[in-house]
Amino acid sequence: MATAVDNIVSDKLFEWLLRRGDSALILGHRVSEWCGHSPVLEEDIALANVALDLIGQARLWLTYAGEIEGKGRGENELAFLRDAWDFHNFLLVEQPNGDFGKTLMRQFLYDAYQVLLLEALENSSDQRVAEIAAKAGKEAAYHLDRSADLVIRLGDGTSESHRRMQTALETLWIYTGELFSGDEVDEVVSDAGIAPMPETLQSSWRQIVDEVLTRATLEVPDTTFSHTGGVTGRHSEHLGHLLAEMQFLQRAYPGATW
Amino acid sequence: MYAQMVKTDANKVRDLSEMTEEERAFQARIDRGEKIEPTDWMPEGYRKTLIRQIGQHAHSEIVGQLPEGNWITRAPTLERKAILLAKVQDEAGHGLYLYCAAETLGVSRDELIELLHAGKMKYSSIFNYPTLTWADIGAVGWLVDGAAIMNQVPLQRTSFGPYSRAMIRICKEESFHQRQGYDIMMKMANGTAEQRRMAQDALDRLWYPSLMMFGPSDKDSVHSAQSMAWKIKINTNDELRQKFVDQTVSQAEYLGLTIPDENLSWNDEKGGYDFSEPDWSEFFEVLSGNGPCNRERMEARVKAWEEGSWVRDALMAHANKKEAAKTAAE
Repeated sequence: MATAVDNIVSDKLFEWLLRRGDSALILGHRVSEWCGHSPVLEEDIALANVALDLIGQARLWLTYAGEIEGKGRGENELAFLRDAWDFHNFLLVEQPNGDFGKTLMRQFLYDAYQVLLLEALENSSDQRVAEIAAKAGKEAAYHLDRSADLVIRLGDGTSESHRRMQTALETLWIYTGELFSGDEVDEVVSDAGIAPMPETLQSSWRQIVDEVLTRATLEVPDTTFSHTGGVTGRHSEHLGHLLAEMQFLQRAYPGATW
Repeated sequence: MYAQMVKTDANKVRDLSEMTEEERAFQARIDRGEKIEPTDWMPEGYRKTLIRQIGQHAHSEIVGQLPEGNWITRAPTLERKAILLAKVQDEAGHGLYLYCAAETLGVSRDELIELLHAGKMKYSSIFNYPTLTWADIGAVGWLVDGAAIMNQVPLQRTSFGPYSRAMIRICKEESFHQRQGYDIMMKMANGTAEQRRMAQDALDRLWYPSLMMFGPSDKDSVHSAQSMAWKIKINTNDELRQKFVDQTVSQAEYLGLTIPDENLSWNDEKGGYDFSEPDWSEFFEVLSGNGPCNRERMEARVKAWEEGSWVRDALMAHANKKEAAKTAAE
């Protein structure tokens, strides 16, 4: 196997893979909530594309996570049969959609991070991680092009759109710090050459974000505070509701195949 | 069929001797099987009827996103979620081609949408029924897309070029959707007792509304006769309904499900099934706004449109700023 990792690493790698898979899954789910309800038909189609890419990425990460765990859990057991405290997604991605502007701002802040992370992961010592990153990276680059473009157009549109985008930025900014706070899981995975420490991505992320927000005539909130806890399983109230909906059939009819 | 009871403004179908020279030449082109393109001369009635029909079809695709979208966030596996999302996205794409086809006739997408929201244009009656269990997602693909295909396959040969080309593209995707729907039904019908119950219940609820999709018998309808003369309608409603029933009965049998019709029986003489008519009074109630979900469907569409107005305004404003900056720089 390409992944010759010892038990300690594989434990941490499992959790690290869940962070990737769960973030993609939860954001994909959130974006899919727009289907049929977007402001413009073209945007409905585009949002569905983004959601599809993210769900596809979630399947790849979760399948691999299940293999690393080695207890026979596949993508569906992991997605549908864990409770909120066992989910490891960022708090940012579980935030409710709000208006179209908030959805796009959330997407932009995440996409900018994803592009950088996936680019780094293409050189991962773990071949599967590198393969998934190569595939997902292409999608993330397209997502970033699109979300950055819309953030600029909506930020620098009308006074109403500007106000909405500034509000969205302020609401979401306090969840972005979590993207760059490494912990023991990251240290072990980073020492094994699988992934970079999250902190190392922050200045490049800030560069992308600053450039786009400047063009969007938006101001970065003046705070260094950030909520954290999502990646270790401590979530906002929102995730429980999302899971209750998403997991309904698997929970109500255990053992059925669909 | 996603367009039902489309009016033509005709009192009767005129024969060639009653037509102007232009109209005769136009009818001759249609009779020869030529395609009419947007810049070609066409009678005003033809243009108006097509706008109604294509517009109604486009609206059906967009409103049709809602009952299926109802289960995207509750799909039982990640693969099913992705398949359903891709399918509902396809419906939005169909709406887009069809609005574009209608635009070639001189009406904008926004105008059509506003007519829909004002209750002046319709969408297919079927989308006013709810999707109550996961089996409904299977049954919608199997029955509703199946009925739509029945009508849309002949419409690939319709006389108006842009509509015909949209139909060719749409039909490919629809038949894929129908297979996906049937695949869900197979899993449900061969699954647990509860899944079988959901499958039968879905068939029970959606059978007659699917038959209604073809519209009431139109054998004496002037509008249908005119549309058929123009080749924007190819078969009568009864012909298509019969074909649909004949095709679907064996599919239901294969699933081990029972079609909710005691009168269903094979008729050797006509080489097809005899079957019960749907309750047409229910159909007309649904068309007049009293279906189980009419209000919710329209409220959802109007809400999306109104809450999205700031986005559309902002995109326009930004484009105008860009344009002004470009002009200033020149």
